[in-house]
Amino acid sequence: MIRAIILAAGLAFLSQPAFAATQAEAEAALAAAQAAESEAIAAKAAWTSTETALSNARKAFAAAKWDEAKAAADEATAQAKLSVEQSNEQKTVWRNAVIR
Amino acid sequence: MVPRNLKSAFYLVGEARPGSAAAPGRAWRHWCSRSAIALNLVCTLLLVSAAAKAADKSEPETDRKAFQAFFFAKFPHVAKDDFGNGPYAVNEAMRKQWKEIMEFPPYEIALDEGHAEWEKPFANGKHYADCFDNKGEGVRQTYPRFVAETGQVETLEGAINRCRVENGEKPLDPMTGTMASLTAAMAESSRGKPFAITIPDDPRALAAYERGKEFFYSRKGQLGVSCASCHMSPAGERMRGDILAPALGILAAMPIYRSDWGSMGTSIRRISTCSSQTRALPLKADDEDYRNLEYFLSYMSNGIPIVGPGTRP
Ligand code: HEC
Repeated sequence: MIRAIILAAGLAFLSQPAFAATQAEAEAALAAAQAAESEAIAAKAAWTSTETALSNARKAFAAAKWDEAKAAADEATAQAKLSVEQSNEQKTVWRNAVIR
Repeated sequence: MVPRNLKSAFYLVGEARPGSAAAPGRAWRHWCSRSAIALNLVCTLLLVSAAAKAADKSEPETDRKAFQAFFFAKFPHVAKDDFGNGPYAVNEAMRKQWKEIMEFPPYEIALDEGHAEWEKPFANGKHYADCFDNKGEGVRQTYPRFVAETGQVETLEGAINRCRVENGEKPLDPMTGTMASLTAAMAESSRGKPFAITIPDDPRALAAYERGKEFFYSRKGQLGVSCASCHMSPAGERMRGDILAPALGILAAMPIYRSDWGSMGTSIRRISTCSSQTRALPLKADDEDYRNLEYFLSYMSNGIPIVGPGTRP
């Protein structure tokens, strides 16, 4: 989990566009983010922070700010994936926390 | 992205951090994988017994005793009957403020509204009282209940809404408003009656309990914390402006008038608020997971008296 977080943080950093994103790229990133978040919601694993990133992405897209839209969408995708990973991991490790 | 320091601050005493050397089993599993064939038998036995332990079936009564013993040891000066008062039970300064607030309890208006609504007949002439044991008097401590017909847990709010729907009325918002007023009136008639949650001899009931227990101990949200992370070991400690309520008796004061909301809220409103605070997206108010969670929490509180309706900062 920790490793995944560091990896995702790194990815989020690297995915900051070095050059301008196109509308098509922003659109694809937004679609990917929406799909990843739908999966997280279905698994009852979703985070409010993912929703915030997704909504920022939508707003930026509507304002034709493709760079910003793509960056926020990528952030949402990374968080949605982490949330599902967290939920899968907890399916077993929660037992370690039980008061006995 | 995830505040790491916050995350690590929330591990319970004795709880292994994932990936830490203390993670149970890691060391010997590693050792087993590299050891000589002659040791295989020993290793197999260890692995089998570990698997059996991991699949630990819940024994609700054993769980409850350990859960309550944890809080009685943590708060030796708090009377058992006081746990339902949450932050006021475990903090002297808060208790003083509370005594002042209680001169004019802010839930009084809701109680009046609740009693009036309770007496009002439905369009078909029936009443809420017709839907409950003992006409709804002094029964709050027996909710949530496992309902054999549906195979699911039903909360008090769920029972009220089922009553309405079966009598041709629209369901109420389970979080606040009229629903909170009705449950306030029901809670009042149960004051002093200890939680008496039953888990019938039905594998589905035990499974619901087990799922609720899993929810309580599972880390969720971007902050990666569980209900237990805040309401077990750190209970009684200050978090931002609040004193963390102990998980024992944590639903006994519901519904509550909370100054922060400026209105009444049911158990599920409070639980959803906590979910959001961990940056977990709250589930639907009547989601099965939340109902199971309330079932587990209320069962853990068996023997702790109802003190609701309550008031909170
Ligand atoms: C980040 C810490 C945190 C986590 C995690 C958390 N809570 Fe809370 N909870 C609080 C705070 C702060 C309050 C308000 C002060 C108090 O009463 O404890 C509170 C209050 C409550 C109350 C009202 C207690 C009372 O007597 O008024 C309930 C019930 C509750 N939480 C349930 C839960 C459940 C169930 C979960 C898991 C879904 C949960 N909490 C997770 C911090 C947390």
